[in-house]
Amino acid sequence: MEIPDSFLGYKRENGRAGTRNHVIILPVDDISNACAEAVANNIKGTIALPHSYGRLQFGADLELHFRTMIGTGKNPNVAAVIVVGIEPKWTKRIVDAIATTGKPVEGFSIEGVGDIDTIAKVSKKAQEFSMWASEKQREECPISDLWISVKCGESDTTSGLASNPTVGNLMDKLEPLGVHLCFGETSELTGAETVCEKRGKTPEAQAKFKKTWNDYNDFILKEATDDLSESQPTAGNIAGGLTTIEEKAFGNFQKIGGCQFIDVLEPAEEPTKGAGLYFMDTSSAAAECVTLQAAGGFNIHLFPTGQGNIIGNPIEPVIKLTANPLTAKAMSEHIDVDVSKILSREMNLSQAGDELIKSTLRVANGRLTCAEALGHKEFVMTKLYRSA
Amino acid sequence: MSNTDIIIHDEKDNVGVVVIKKITPEQNCNCWIMENDKSVSIQSKDEIQLGHKIAMADLNEGDTILKYGHDIGKVVKNIKKGEHVHVHNVKTKKW
Repeated sequence: MEIPDSFLGYKRENGRAGTRNHVIILPVDDISNACAEAVANNIKGTIALPHSYGRLQFGADLELHFRTMIGTGKNPNVAAVIVVGIEPKWTKRIVDAIATTGKPVEGFSIEGVGDIDTIAKVSKKAQEFSMWASEKQREECPISDLWISVKCGESDTTSGLASNPTVGNLMDKLEPLGVHLCFGETSELTGAETVCEKRGKTPEAQAKFKKTWNDYNDFILKEATDDLSESQPTAGNIAGGLTTIEEKAFGNFQKIGGCQFIDVLEPAEEPTKGAGLYFMDTSSAAAECVTLQAAGGFNIHLFPTGQGNIIGNPIEPVIKLTANPLTAKAMSEHIDVDVSKILSREMNLSQAGDELIKSTLRVANGRLTCAEALGHKEFVMTKLYRSA
Repeated sequence: MSNTDIIIHDEKDNVGVVVIKKITPEQNCNCWIMENDKSVSIQSKDEIQLGHKIAMADLNEGDTILKYGHDIGKVVKNIKKGEHVHVHNVKTKKW
Protein backbone atom coordinates (compact mmCIF):
# COMPACT_ATOMS: atom_id res chain seq x y z
CA MET A 1 0.00 0.00 0.00
CA GLU A 2 1.20 3.50 -0.77
CA ILE A 3 1.01 5.43 2.47
CA PRO A 4 -0.57 8.91 2.13
CA ASP A 5 1.94 11.63 2.94
CA SER A 6 -0.49 13.95 4.68
CA PHE A 7 -3.57 14.22 6.86
CA LEU A 8 -6.02 16.99 7.69
CA GLY A 9 -5.09 18.52 11.02
CA TYR A 10 -5.28 21.75 12.97
CA LYS A 11 -2.08 23.78 12.65
CA ARG A 12 -1.02 25.33 15.93
CA GLU A 13 0.92 28.49 16.72
CA ASN A 14 4.10 26.57 17.67
CA GLY A 15 4.28 24.53 14.46
CA ARG A 16 2.71 21.33 15.84
CA ALA A 17 -0.54 19.92 14.43
CA GLY A 18 -3.60 18.57 16.23
CA THR A 19 -5.98 15.81 15.24
CA ARG A 20 -8.62 17.43 17.47
CA ASN A 21 -9.63 20.99 18.35
CA HIS A 22 -10.58 20.92 22.02
CA VAL A 23 -11.10 23.87 24.36
CA ILE A 24 -10.32 22.54 27.82
CA ILE A 25 -11.15 23.75 31.30
CA LEU A 26 -8.29 22.40 33.38
CA PRO A 27 -8.61 22.29 37.16
CA VAL A 28 -5.28 22.60 38.98
CA ASP A 29 -6.59 20.62 41.94
CA ASP A 30 -9.41 18.36 43.13
CA ILE A 31 -11.41 21.16 44.80
CA SER A 32 -11.55 23.18 41.56
CA ASN A 33 -13.30 20.35 39.69
CA ALA A 34 -16.79 21.65 40.54
CA CYS A 35 -16.08 25.06 39.03
CA ALA A 36 -14.46 23.58 35.91
CA GLU A 37 -17.37 21.20 35.38
CA ALA A 38 -19.93 23.97 35.87
CA VAL A 39 -18.21 26.07 33.19
CA ALA A 40 -18.03 23.15 30.75
CA ASN A 41 -21.73 22.60 31.36
CA ASN A 42 -22.48 26.27 30.65
CA ILE A 43 -20.38 26.73 27.55
CA LYS A 44 -20.81 24.37 24.62
CA GLY A 45 -17.69 23.22 22.84
CA THR A 46 -15.61 23.04 26.01
CA ILE A 47 -14.63 20.07 28.14
CA ALA A 48 -13.61 19.94 31.80
CA LEU A 49 -10.81 17.58 32.85
CA PRO A 50 -11.59 16.76 36.48
CA HIS A 51 -9.09 14.67 38.47
CA SER A 52 -8.34 13.73 42.06
CA TYR A 53 -5.12 15.51 43.05
CA GLY A 54 -3.10 18.72 43.15
CA ARG A 55 -3.00 19.61 46.86
CA LEU A 56 -0.08 19.19 49.28
CA GLN A 57 2.01 17.26 46.80
CA PHE A 58 5.77 17.79 46.97
CA GLY A 59 9.08 16.89 45.34
CA ALA A 60 9.10 14.66 42.26
CA ASP A 61 5.38 13.91 42.72
CA LEU A 62 4.50 17.62 42.53
CA GLU A 63 6.79 18.10 39.52
CA LEU A 64 5.00 15.24 37.76
CA HIS A 65 1.65 16.86 38.58
CA PHE A 66 2.78 20.14 36.99
CA ARG A 67 4.33 18.35 34.00
CA THR A 68 1.05 16.49 33.37
CA MET A 69 -1.11 19.62 33.71
CA ILE A 70 1.19 21.72 31.51
CA GLY A 71 1.71 19.00 28.92
CA THR A 72 -2.04 18.43 28.64
CA GLY A 73 -2.57 22.13 27.98
CA LYS A 74 0.28 22.26 25.47
CA ASN A 75 -0.94 19.21 23.50
CA PRO A 76 -1.71 20.26 19.90
CA ASN A 77 -5.13 18.60 20.09
CA VAL A 78 -6.04 21.47 22.42
CA ALA A 79 -6.87 24.81 20.77
CA ALA A 80 -7.23 26.91 23.93
CA VAL A 81 -7.07 26.40 27.68
CA ILE A 82 -8.59 27.82 30.82
CA VAL A 83 -6.81 26.87 34.03
CA VAL A 84 -8.78 27.07 37.29
CA GLY A 85 -7.13 26.56 40.66
CA ILE A 86 -7.92 27.33 44.27
CA GLU A 87 -4.97 29.73 44.60
CA PRO A 88 -3.18 31.95 42.07
CA LYS A 89 0.46 30.86 42.33
CA TRP A 90 0.27 27.28 41.05
CA THR A 91 -2.43 28.34 38.57
CA LYS A 92 -0.11 30.99 37.10
CA ARG A 93 2.80 28.57 36.86
CA ILE A 94 0.68 26.28 34.65
CA VAL A 95 -0.75 29.16 32.57
CA ASP A 96 2.69 30.64 31.89
CA ALA A 97 4.12 27.32 30.74
CA ILE A 98 1.18 26.59 28.40
CA ALA A 99 1.44 30.15 27.02
CA THR A 100 4.89 29.33 25.55
CA THR A 101 3.05 27.47 22.77
CA GLY A 102 1.39 30.72 21.71
CA LYS A 103 -2.14 29.29 22.13
CA PRO A 104 -4.82 31.25 24.01
CA VAL A 105 -4.68 30.44 27.73
CA GLU A 106 -6.10 32.19 30.78
CA GLY A 107 -5.98 31.39 34.50
CA PHE A 108 -8.47 31.98 37.30
CA SER A 109 -8.29 31.32 41.04
CA ILE A 110 -11.21 30.74 43.33
CA GLU A 111 -9.86 31.78 46.75
CA GLY A 112 -11.41 35.09 47.95
CA VAL A 113 -13.98 35.01 45.13
CA GLY A 114 -16.00 31.81 45.55
CA ASP A 115 -17.31 29.33 43.01
CA ILE A 116 -20.27 31.31 41.67
CA ASP A 117 -18.48 34.51 40.67
CA THR A 118 -15.52 32.49 39.37
CA ILE A 119 -17.84 30.34 37.26
CA ALA A 120 -19.35 33.53 35.78
CA LYS A 121 -15.96 35.03 34.94
CA VAL A 122 -14.54 31.78 33.57
CA SER A 123 -17.68 31.12 31.52
CA LYS A 124 -17.31 34.46 29.71
CA LYS A 125 -13.72 33.66 28.77
CA ALA A 126 -14.63 30.08 27.87
CA GLN A 127 -17.36 31.31 25.52
CA GLU A 128 -14.85 33.57 23.80
CA PHE A 129 -12.34 30.71 23.42
CA SER A 130 -14.96 28.22 22.24
CA MET A 131 -16.32 30.52 19.54
CA TRP A 132 -12.76 31.44 18.44
CA ALA A 133 -11.75 27.77 18.21
CA SER A 134 -14.90 26.88 16.26
CA GLU A 135 -13.60 28.85 13.29
CA LYS A 136 -10.36 26.84 13.07
CA GLN A 137 -10.24 24.76 9.88
CA ARG A 138 -8.45 21.51 9.19
CA GLU A 139 -5.53 21.94 6.80
CA GLU A 140 -3.20 19.56 5.04
CA CYS A 141 -0.38 18.56 7.39
CA PRO A 142 2.57 16.25 6.64
CA ILE A 143 2.20 12.75 8.07
CA SER A 144 5.29 13.50 10.18
CA ASP A 145 3.04 15.77 12.27
CA LEU A 146 1.49 12.61 13.72
CA TRP A 147 2.80 11.74 17.16
CA ILE A 148 1.51 8.24 17.83
CA SER A 149 1.48 6.65 21.28
CA VAL A 150 0.69 2.99 21.92
CA LYS A 151 -0.42 0.98 24.93
CA CYS A 152 -2.26 -2.33 25.10
CA GLY A 153 -4.80 -3.46 27.69
CA GLU A 154 -6.82 -6.47 28.84
CA SER A 155 -4.34 -8.40 26.75
CA ASP A 156 -4.62 -12.06 25.98
CA THR A 157 -2.59 -14.37 23.78
CA THR A 158 -4.29 -12.96 20.66
CA SER A 159 -2.64 -9.61 21.52
CA GLY A 160 0.83 -11.10 21.22
CA LEU A 161 -0.14 -13.17 18.19
CA ALA A 162 -1.79 -10.51 16.10
CA SER A 163 -3.02 -7.13 17.40
CA ASN A 164 0.29 -6.04 18.95
CA PRO A 165 2.30 -7.20 15.91
CA THR A 166 -0.17 -5.19 13.76
CA VAL A 167 0.82 -2.07 15.70
CA GLY A 168 4.47 -3.11 15.27
CA ASN A 169 3.91 -3.39 11.52
CA LEU A 170 2.46 0.14 11.48
CA MET A 171 5.50 1.40 13.41
CA ASP A 172 7.89 -0.28 10.96
CA LYS A 173 6.08 1.44 8.08
CA LEU A 174 5.62 4.90 9.63
CA GLU A 175 8.93 5.35 11.43
CA PRO A 176 10.83 6.02 8.17
CA LEU A 177 8.29 8.77 7.39
CA GLY A 178 9.40 10.89 10.35
CA VAL A 179 6.56 10.13 12.74
CA HIS A 180 7.09 10.40 16.52
CA LEU A 181 6.23 7.13 18.32
CA CYS A 182 5.96 6.24 21.99
CA PHE A 183 5.54 3.07 24.01
CA GLY A 184 5.54 2.74 27.80
CA GLU A 185 4.37 0.25 30.46
CA THR A 186 7.55 -0.27 32.50
CA SER A 187 5.97 -3.03 34.60
CA GLU A 188 4.68 -4.98 31.62
CA LEU A 189 8.14 -5.34 30.14
CA THR A 190 9.14 -7.45 33.14
CA GLY A 191 10.56 -10.67 31.76
CA ALA A 192 11.47 -9.02 28.47
CA GLU A 193 13.52 -6.20 30.04
CA THR A 194 16.93 -7.35 28.81
CA VAL A 195 15.60 -7.94 25.29
CA CYS A 196 13.95 -4.49 25.38
CA GLU A 197 17.12 -2.83 26.68
CA LYS A 198 19.01 -4.03 23.60
CA ARG A 199 16.50 -2.16 21.41
CA GLY A 200 17.96 1.15 22.60
CA LYS A 201 19.55 2.84 19.60
CA THR A 202 22.50 4.20 21.59
CA PRO A 203 24.40 2.99 24.68
CA GLU A 204 22.93 6.02 26.52
CA ALA A 205 19.35 5.02 25.62
CA GLN A 206 20.06 1.43 26.72
CA ALA A 207 21.59 2.54 30.03
CA LYS A 208 18.68 4.89 30.70
CA PHE A 209 16.19 2.11 30.05
CA LYS A 210 18.07 -0.28 32.32
CA LYS A 211 18.11 2.25 35.16
CA THR A 212 14.41 3.05 34.69
CA TRP A 213 13.38 -0.60 34.78
CA ASN A 214 15.68 -1.40 37.75
CA ASP A 215 14.31 1.56 39.74
CA TYR A 216 10.79 0.31 39.09
CA ASN A 217 11.68 -3.27 40.03
CA ASP A 218 13.41 -2.15 43.26
CA PHE A 219 10.25 -0.23 44.17
CA ILE A 220 8.08 -3.30 43.53
CA LEU A 221 10.34 -5.54 45.61
CA LYS A 222 10.22 -2.98 48.45
CA GLU A 223 6.46 -2.27 48.41
CA ALA A 224 4.92 -5.56 47.31
CA THR A 225 3.44 -7.62 50.12
CA ASP A 226 4.21 -10.89 48.36
CA ASP A 227 4.42 -10.66 44.60
CA LEU A 228 2.49 -9.22 41.68
CA SER A 229 0.98 -12.54 40.68
CA GLU A 230 -2.47 -11.25 41.61
CA SER A 231 -2.29 -8.15 39.41
CA GLN A 232 0.26 -9.11 36.74
CA PRO A 233 -1.10 -10.84 34.76
CA THR A 234 -4.60 -9.56 35.60
CA ALA A 235 -7.59 -11.89 36.01
CA GLY A 236 -8.68 -10.82 32.51
CA ASN A 237 -5.26 -11.70 31.08
CA ILE A 238 -5.41 -15.15 32.70
CA ALA A 239 -8.93 -15.78 31.41
CA GLY A 240 -7.55 -14.97 27.97
CA GLY A 241 -4.82 -17.58 28.31
CA LEU A 242 -1.84 -15.53 29.47
CA THR A 243 0.00 -17.44 32.17
CA THR A 244 2.97 -15.33 33.32
CA ILE A 245 4.21 -11.74 33.31
CA GLU A 246 7.05 -12.86 31.00
CA GLU A 247 4.57 -14.16 28.44
CA LYS A 248 2.61 -10.92 28.69
CA ALA A 249 5.82 -8.89 28.33
CA PHE A 250 6.95 -10.61 25.12
CA GLY A 251 3.45 -10.12 23.70
CA ASN A 252 3.47 -6.46 24.75
CA PHE A 253 6.89 -5.97 23.18
CA GLN A 254 5.53 -6.94 19.71
CA LYS A 255 4.00 -3.43 19.54
CA ILE A 256 7.30 -1.79 18.57
CA GLY A 257 7.94 -4.07 15.60
CA GLY A 258 11.58 -3.89 14.61
CA CYS A 259 12.04 -0.27 15.79
CA GLN A 260 14.76 0.95 18.15
CA PHE A 261 14.05 3.61 20.77
CA ILE A 262 16.14 6.77 20.70
CA ASP A 263 15.48 8.00 24.23
CA VAL A 264 13.77 7.21 27.52
CA LEU A 265 11.27 9.81 28.74
CA GLU A 266 10.18 10.62 32.27
CA PRO A 267 6.40 10.25 32.77
CA ALA A 268 4.65 13.07 30.81
CA GLU A 269 7.97 14.35 29.41
CA GLU A 270 7.95 15.81 25.91
CA PRO A 271 10.43 14.19 23.50
CA THR A 272 13.14 16.50 22.21
CA LYS A 273 15.39 14.31 20.08
CA GLY A 274 13.37 14.47 16.88
CA ALA A 275 11.30 11.87 15.06
CA GLY A 276 11.47 8.19 16.01
CA LEU A 277 10.48 5.85 18.79
CA TYR A 278 10.61 6.81 22.48
CA PHE A 279 10.08 4.75 25.62
CA MET A 280 8.19 6.56 28.40
CA ASP A 281 8.37 5.36 32.00
CA THR A 282 4.68 4.78 32.81
CA SER A 283 2.38 2.58 34.81
CA SER A 284 0.64 -0.12 32.81
CA ALA A 285 -2.77 1.03 34.04
CA ALA A 286 -4.44 2.13 30.81
CA ALA A 287 -5.85 5.54 31.74
CA GLU A 288 -2.74 6.60 33.66
CA CYS A 289 -0.47 5.60 30.80
CA VAL A 290 -2.47 7.33 28.04
CA THR A 291 -2.88 10.48 30.17
CA LEU A 292 0.93 10.66 30.55
CA GLN A 293 1.54 10.03 26.84
CA ALA A 294 -0.99 12.74 25.88
CA ALA A 295 0.81 15.11 28.27
CA GLY A 296 4.04 14.23 26.45
CA GLY A 297 2.47 15.76 23.33
CA PHE A 298 1.22 12.66 21.47
CA ASN A 299 -1.82 13.41 19.33
CA ILE A 300 -3.23 9.98 18.40
CA HIS A 301 -3.22 6.68 20.28
CA LEU A 302 -3.34 3.02 19.22
CA PHE A 303 -4.70 0.58 21.77
CA PRO A 304 -4.66 -3.16 21.03
CA THR A 305 -6.87 -5.24 23.33
CA GLY A 306 -7.58 -8.93 23.73
CA GLN A 307 -10.38 -9.35 26.23
CA GLY A 308 -11.78 -5.84 25.64
CA ASN A 309 -10.44 -2.80 27.49
CA ILE A 310 -12.78 0.17 26.86
CA ILE A 311 -10.57 3.17 27.75
CA GLY A 312 -10.64 6.60 26.09
CA ASN A 313 -8.93 9.92 26.74
CA PRO A 314 -10.44 13.43 26.71
CA ILE A 315 -7.87 15.00 24.35
CA GLU A 316 -6.06 12.16 22.54
CA PRO A 317 -8.28 9.94 20.38
CA VAL A 318 -7.81 6.26 21.30
CA ILE A 319 -8.15 3.78 18.42
CA LYS A 320 -8.86 0.23 19.55
CA LEU A 321 -7.99 -2.91 17.70
CA THR A 322 -8.43 -6.55 18.58
CA ALA A 323 -7.52 -9.90 17.08
CA ASN A 324 -9.83 -11.82 19.41
CA PRO A 325 -12.85 -12.78 17.27
CA LEU A 326 -15.07 -13.22 20.37
CA THR A 327 -14.24 -9.72 21.64
CA ALA A 328 -14.65 -8.21 18.17
CA LYS A 329 -18.17 -9.65 18.09
CA ALA A 330 -19.31 -9.26 21.70
CA MET A 331 -17.88 -5.74 22.17
CA SER A 332 -18.09 -4.42 18.62
CA GLU A 333 -19.08 -0.92 19.73
CA HIS A 334 -15.62 -0.54 21.31
CA ILE A 335 -13.50 -1.91 18.46
CA ASP A 336 -12.34 0.43 15.70
CA VAL A 337 -10.23 -2.14 13.83
CA ASP A 338 -10.89 -5.89 13.75
CA VAL A 339 -7.75 -7.88 12.83
CA SER A 340 -9.07 -11.28 13.95
CA LYS A 341 -8.73 -12.58 10.40
CA ILE A 342 -4.98 -12.86 11.10
CA LEU A 343 -5.77 -15.82 13.36
CA SER A 344 -7.75 -17.61 10.66
CA ARG A 345 -4.96 -16.65 8.24
CA GLU A 346 -7.39 -14.86 5.94
CA MET A 347 -5.30 -11.71 6.45
CA ASN A 348 -1.54 -11.36 6.85
CA LEU A 349 0.28 -9.00 9.18
CA SER A 350 1.20 -6.50 6.48
CA GLN A 351 -2.43 -6.27 5.33
CA ALA A 352 -3.49 -5.74 8.94
CA GLY A 353 -0.85 -3.03 9.34
CA ASP A 354 -2.18 -1.29 6.23
CA GLU A 355 -5.75 -1.44 7.58
CA LEU A 356 -4.55 0.11 10.84
CA ILE A 357 -2.71 2.90 8.98
CA LYS A 358 -5.90 3.66 7.01
CA SER A 359 -7.98 3.79 10.19
CA THR A 360 -5.38 5.93 11.96
CA LEU A 361 -5.48 8.47 9.14
CA ARG A 362 -9.29 8.52 9.10
CA VAL A 363 -9.28 9.28 12.82
CA ALA A 364 -6.50 11.83 12.39
CA ASN A 365 -8.71 13.50 9.76
CA GLY A 366 -11.59 13.72 12.19
CA ARG A 367 -13.51 10.44 12.30
CA LEU A 368 -14.63 9.81 15.88
CA THR A 369 -13.17 6.75 17.58
CA CYS A 370 -15.51 4.28 19.27
CA ALA A 371 -14.27 5.56 22.64
CA GLU A 372 -15.04 9.17 21.67
CA ALA A 373 -18.50 8.28 20.38
CA LEU A 374 -19.21 6.40 23.62
CA GLY A 375 -18.02 9.33 25.74
CA HIS A 376 -14.89 7.81 27.27
CA LYS A 377 -12.66 10.59 28.62
CA GLU A 378 -10.59 8.98 31.34
CA PHE A 379 -8.11 11.57 32.61
CA VAL A 380 -6.07 10.01 35.40
CA MET A 381 -3.09 11.64 37.09
CA THR A 382 -0.18 9.41 38.10
CA LYS A 383 0.70 9.83 41.78
CA LEU A 384 4.21 8.79 42.84
CA TYR A 385 3.64 8.78 46.62
CA ARG A 386 1.33 10.13 49.32
CA SER A 387 0.81 13.85 49.84
CA ALA A 388 2.19 15.81 52.78
CA MET B 1 -5.12 -24.16 2.93
CA SER B 2 -6.47 -26.37 5.70
CA ASN B 3 -7.84 -24.52 8.70
CA THR B 4 -5.33 -23.55 11.33
CA ASP B 5 -6.28 -24.60 14.85
CA ILE B 6 -3.09 -23.65 16.64
CA ILE B 7 -0.43 -20.99 16.00
CA ILE B 8 3.16 -21.34 17.22
CA HIS B 9 5.30 -18.19 17.26
CA ASP B 10 8.80 -19.61 16.93
CA GLU B 11 10.24 -22.96 15.85
CA LYS B 12 11.91 -23.31 19.28
CA ASP B 13 8.62 -22.91 21.18
CA ASN B 14 7.28 -25.85 23.18
CA VAL B 15 3.75 -24.41 23.39
CA GLY B 16 1.21 -23.32 20.80
CA VAL B 17 -1.88 -21.09 21.05
CA VAL B 18 -5.39 -22.26 20.16
CA VAL B 19 -6.89 -19.85 17.61
CA ILE B 20 -10.31 -21.44 17.07
CA LYS B 21 -13.17 -21.21 19.58
CA LYS B 22 -11.97 -24.37 21.31
CA ILE B 23 -10.32 -27.70 20.63
CA THR B 24 -11.68 -30.91 22.12
CA PRO B 25 -9.87 -34.00 23.54
CA GLU B 26 -8.32 -36.26 20.91
CA GLN B 27 -8.84 -33.69 18.19
CA ASN B 28 -6.20 -33.79 15.45
CA CYS B 29 -5.09 -30.17 15.19
CA ASN B 30 -3.30 -28.31 12.43
CA CYS B 31 -0.54 -26.07 13.74
CA TRP B 32 1.17 -23.25 11.88
CA ILE B 33 4.62 -22.00 12.88
CA MET B 34 4.73 -18.27 12.13
CA GLU B 35 8.52 -17.94 12.12
CA ASN B 36 9.22 -20.35 9.28
CA ASP B 37 5.71 -20.84 7.79
CA LYS B 38 5.88 -24.60 8.44
CA SER B 39 2.92 -26.75 9.43
CA VAL B 40 2.84 -29.54 12.02
CA SER B 41 0.03 -31.51 13.62
CA ILE B 42 -0.76 -32.57 17.16
CA GLN B 43 -3.45 -34.57 18.93
CA SER B 44 -4.94 -32.73 21.89
CA LYS B 45 -5.54 -34.38 25.27
CA ASP B 46 -7.74 -31.67 26.82
CA GLU B 47 -10.47 -29.28 25.85
CA ILE B 48 -8.62 -25.99 25.31
CA GLN B 49 -10.28 -22.60 24.72
CA LEU B 50 -9.33 -19.88 22.25
CA GLY B 51 -6.15 -18.11 23.32
CA HIS B 52 -5.03 -20.84 25.68
CA LYS B 53 -1.86 -22.87 25.23
CA ILE B 54 -1.21 -26.51 24.35
CA ALA B 55 2.02 -28.41 25.13
CA MET B 56 3.81 -29.39 21.92
CA ALA B 57 6.06 -31.87 23.82
CA ASP B 58 6.17 -33.75 27.15
CA LEU B 59 7.39 -31.30 29.78
CA ASN B 60 8.80 -32.08 33.23
CA GLU B 61 8.75 -30.10 36.44
CA GLY B 62 11.50 -27.46 36.28
CA ASP B 63 11.53 -27.27 32.46
CA THR B 64 11.40 -23.87 30.80
CA ILE B 65 8.42 -22.86 28.69
CA LEU B 66 9.50 -21.24 25.44
CA LYS B 67 7.19 -18.90 23.52
CA TYR B 68 8.28 -16.22 21.02
CA GLY B 69 11.54 -18.21 21.28
CA HIS B 70 11.95 -16.80 24.80
CA ASP B 71 11.71 -18.04 28.38
CA ILE B 72 8.22 -17.24 29.71
CA GLY B 73 8.24 -19.34 32.91
CA LYS B 74 8.82 -22.74 34.49
CA VAL B 75 6.85 -25.99 34.64
CA VAL B 76 5.63 -26.67 38.21
CA LYS B 77 3.70 -29.88 37.42
CA ASN B 78 4.56 -32.43 34.72
CA ILE B 79 2.73 -31.80 31.44
CA LYS B 80 2.06 -34.35 28.69
CA LYS B 81 2.18 -33.44 25.01
CA GLY B 82 -1.29 -32.22 23.98
CA GLU B 83 -2.32 -31.02 27.46
CA HIS B 84 -3.50 -27.55 28.46
CA VAL B 85 -0.65 -25.32 29.68
CA HIS B 86 -1.64 -22.53 32.07
CA VAL B 87 -1.43 -21.24 35.66
CA HIS B 88 -2.14 -24.73 37.08
CA ASN B 89 1.14 -26.15 35.73
CA VAL B 90 3.35 -23.16 34.87
CA LYS B 91 4.62 -20.27 37.00
CA THR B 92 6.67 -17.12 36.44
CA LYS B 93 10.39 -17.23 37.23
CA LYS B 94 10.22 -13.64 38.47
CA TRP B 95 8.76 -14.22 41.91
